[in-house]
Amino acid sequence: MKDEYDVVVVGAGPGGSIAAKTAAEHDLDVLLIEKRAEIGNPVRCAEGVGKEGIKSFIKPDRSWISAEVKGARIYSPDGTAIEMSEDMAGPEVGYVLERKIFDRALALQAARAGAEVMVKTRATGLIMEDGFVKGVKGKHFGDDFTVRASVIIGADGVESKVGRWAGIDTTLKLSDIETCAQFLMTDIDFNPDYCDFYVGNEIAPGGYAWIFPKGGHEANVGLGILGSRAGEIKAMDLLKRFVKEKFPDGQVLEIIVGGVPVSGPLERTIANGLMLVGDAARMADPITGGGIVNAMLTGQIAGEVAAKALSRGDTSTKALSEYENRWKSAIGAPLKNSLRAKEIFTKMSDEKLNALAHSIKDVDFSEMTATGLLRALVKRNPKILWELRHLLK
Amino acid sequence: MITVDRHKCGHCGACVGVCPANAIELINRWIELSDECIECGACAKVCPVGALEILNEG
Repeated sequence: MKDEYDVVVVGAGPGGSIAAKTAAEHDLDVLLIEKRAEIGNPVRCAEGVGKEGIKSFIKPDRSWISAEVKGARIYSPDGTAIEMSEDMAGPEVGYVLERKIFDRALALQAARAGAEVMVKTRATGLIMEDGFVKGVKGKHFGDDFTVRASVIIGADGVESKVGRWAGIDTTLKLSDIETCAQFLMTDIDFNPDYCDFYVGNEIAPGGYAWIFPKGGHEANVGLGILGSRAGEIKAMDLLKRFVKEKFPDGQVLEIIVGGVPVSGPLERTIANGLMLVGDAARMADPITGGGIVNAMLTGQIAGEVAAKALSRGDTSTKALSEYENRWKSAIGAPLKNSLRAKEIFTKMSDEKLNALAHSIKDVDFSEMTATGLLRALVKRNPKILWELRHLLK
Repeated sequence: MITVDRHKCGHCGACVGVCPANAIELINRWIELSDECIECGACAKVCPVGALEILNEG
């Protein structure tokens, strides 16, 4: 570790690694730090991702693709299925990843591009001077360090501290986080061609349960519920119940827990000398919970904007506002729509969810987009037109 | 007082994300609580496995 870099990236998930890689490709001097001893482990993710979304960042490689699926099936509380093809189903369906290998492959790309990567290296605070973030304080292998940089990129996930240290309130309301538990299971009977989603207030209040194929006889079987509806009930207890009903003879190879921000993006994702990307900036899709592609996209934009800002010698919020403008024009509108959809769907009764599913069960969704699905819903359910009207703009 | 059951904790960081007092930190594979805790209970509610608990003193 040197005393000074152009850019320090905190967190080596997909967002941080792409940010570091992008900045290094622009000939910046980059340090990428990860507090865990192993990049990608422990996993906190259902590992579903859209094919197209990922291809623009890394060439698909069998080593980190556990399975490919043809589509998604959404089951209403009474078991009515709505089927969508993979390319239409949205950002969480297509590949099911092996995140441990995937995250490492992305960090490797950053390293090959010239970034210095350090694990077991945790940020504990920021160096602040004249209202500018000027570096990171931390611990490496237990020893204190400080490192200076002109730009800090906070890619420290759902538990982000970097934003808070810079004065950005990143606290998630309980109604803005999904609390999740997942088993990697084997010896279970499932359809390997689909990612399955189960919605309902009994099954998963304010969230959904999922079965994502992992290749062979394995699948990620998980469940997330809205934090505001958790407390007495725990995601883990509901998952155990779901699994007991669905796969009483299955074996659990791994237990995974996680929190997914579903608040929609932060109002402020920049400060003087600082940009927040991915889950740290709450970029995950509020309806699906998918965050990988948005993390990589915002990481890439942040890397590019860092290069531009440094070449001009201006890292003020004014200069970095290009980052906010660019992510807003790329994903701002769909995230806003997803947030509205979340507000509506997480409040729906099981009867209403069933009625919606019945109304469109005969529709051919093989060539339908998520917006198409909503249009079909509205056409057949004029009463909910008013609630859903914003989504169709 | 808030307590963590380290044997239950899956170190996911959800509790850190919802803490309004910035009193929780996830360090590699364990969490640490600071005295800034205001005992609001948000962390205990959001924990997917029930590893955090608020104990009433006295």
